Amino acid sequence: MAHLDFEKPLVELERRIRDLEEASDGLGGFEPQIRELKGRAQALQRDLYEGLSVWQKVLLSRHPDRPYFLDYLGNVFEDFVELHGDRAFGDDPAVVAGFARFDGRSVAVIGHQKGRSTKEKVRRNFGMAHPEGYRKAMRVMELAERFGRPVFTFVDTPGAYPGLEAEERGQSEAIGRSLLVMSELRVPIVATVIGEGGSGGALALGVADRVLMLQYSTYSVITPEGCASILWRDGARGPEAAEQLKLLAMHARANGIVDEVVEEPVGGAHRDIPAASALLAEALRRNLAMADALDPDARLDARYAKFRAMGRHAG
Amino acid sequence: MGSDVSVSATVAWFTKTKVSTEASEKRTLGKGVFRRCDACGETFKAEEFRLEVCPGCGRHYALRAEEWISYLLDEGSWSEEDAQLTALDPLGFVDAKPYAKRLAETRAKTGVNDAILTGGGTLDGRGVRLGVFVFRFMGGSMGSVVGERIARLFERGAELGQPVVLLSSSGGARMQEGALSLMQMAKTVAALGRLRRAGQPFISVLLDPTTGGVAASYALLGDVNVAEPGALIGFAGPRVIEQTIRQTLPEGFQRAEYLLDHGMVDLIAPRPELRATLAQLLGHFGG
Ligand SMILES: [Zn+2]
Repeated sequence: MAHLDFEKPLVELERRIRDLEEASDGLGGFEPQIRELKGRAQALQRDLYEGLSVWQKVLLSRHPDRPYFLDYLGNVFEDFVELHGDRAFGDDPAVVAGFARFDGRSVAVIGHQKGRSTKEKVRRNFGMAHPEGYRKAMRVMELAERFGRPVFTFVDTPGAYPGLEAEERGQSEAIGRSLLVMSELRVPIVATVIGEGGSGGALALGVADRVLMLQYSTYSVITPEGCASILWRDGARGPEAAEQLKLLAMHARANGIVDEVVEEPVGGAHRDIPAASALLAEALRRNLAMADALDPDARLDARYAKFRAMGRHAG
Repeated sequence: MGSDVSVSATVAWFTKTKVSTEASEKRTLGKGVFRRCDACGETFKAEEFRLEVCPGCGRHYALRAEEWISYLLDEGSWSEEDAQLTALDPLGFVDAKPYAKRLAETRAKTGVNDAILTGGGTLDGRGVRLGVFVFRFMGGSMGSVVGERIARLFERGAELGQPVVLLSSSGGARMQEGALSLMQMAKTVAALGRLRRAGQPFISVLLDPTTGGVAASYALLGDVNVAEPGALIGFAGPRVIEQTIRQTLPEGFQRAEYLLDHGMVDLIAPRPELRATLAQLLGHFGG
């Protein structure tokens, strides 16, 4: 288990509780101490997570133990079959796509995927997709369209990959095309930002009838570090830039960018993945029903009107 | 959406004689005005830089949006739309100075309300909707106003049954409006979808530079993508890529010619030929 600096006191308390519980296993004798420690842990947890800074929440969105797309896929969906490749260049492991069952119904599932181990992180390119990742996603969306299956997308990326080959193969066109495909897909789409909603690479999977954000996820036009290096030529001032960018779920909700913020277990999804999955499943069910309630033309009009209204101007 | 449209009178300050001196040195020697090209180092008479193109090496310097409009459209046909739209500061963003203050100063300095001019006119007698980025306004960055004006441009093309020609030059999304800027990517592309369904063509003209959220939204989705010679076009900026891959990028990387080689643009049009090229394309796609 990895943990962030500000989680340390809590993690330490929890370790002591576990040790005492193990020591008293079958013998008893430590109950008062355990009770006392649990009370302290609860109070600490409450204080800790109510007083988190913007930057600490950004760190939670990138927490090394935070559930990734495949974790939710395993907990929320069944009968998953992964479909590989864009039929033009290759298969991008930074995007996972396929079909699965949700409440028994066949649906398309598409998401960015980060890696857990070092080897897996590299293989998944830290969740930063190349053009073929977006083209695979579009291929599966169009398949869903033809067979009348709703689409669930899961956004979790620092951004689309800024590399030589990505440019060579048309990163811009791939992202733009994905925006177009998603804005015109006639089947229901529910998108959920589950971790990092990093810029165009995130939005490329984020055009939907219902857009959800997990409580400790972020949605931003640029990483705080990138913003800081532009503003002050100092990427280390990311925490300050994070305050400026208003990138938290609550800001996105207030600015009309997402439709709903999905609550996470106290301390973040990584502290209770089954509970986080259950909360997500409930939100997906409810939001799919909303998108499903409209006929395709009305759904497309509503999707258009929603994104069309985003932005603030005078005059 | 279309209820608060105001169409300003034809703007008189577009004159074909105006010469900008943004990127190369101009000085008076003897009785003529001379200008040295940074690219080839040669000095020519200033008036020989027609449309800001070096007569020696053909280097394309930035042409101001107003000059683009007077070059491309039939004389007196331009009418600007939505010029009254102005940006707000929804995040209360403060960098070196507050965004609201930066906006006010930039408006005063540039004489335009935001980083794009949009409207309609005729090109070689054909009605078109035209948009031109104003790069000198915060690097042509796309915030709520630019996104709104582009969305209205595409929607009007669809409503009026006219093609859209959009000349992009932009560093990408406007950071100071945060995720609201990001969403302009989805908004503009969705509006482009309306134009497509209305059966009208979108000619995307890619100027130097077209990068970031503008490149990665509607700009590479033209029915025809036309690039200017030497224009930098890409998702990520070259410096970011170099930092990511830790190697030097090849000569000409992300330039218009590179994109043509890699199948991302249809053609490269030297500036003096662009008007004729657009007229030819509109002739093929027009009714
Ligand atoms: Zn020259």
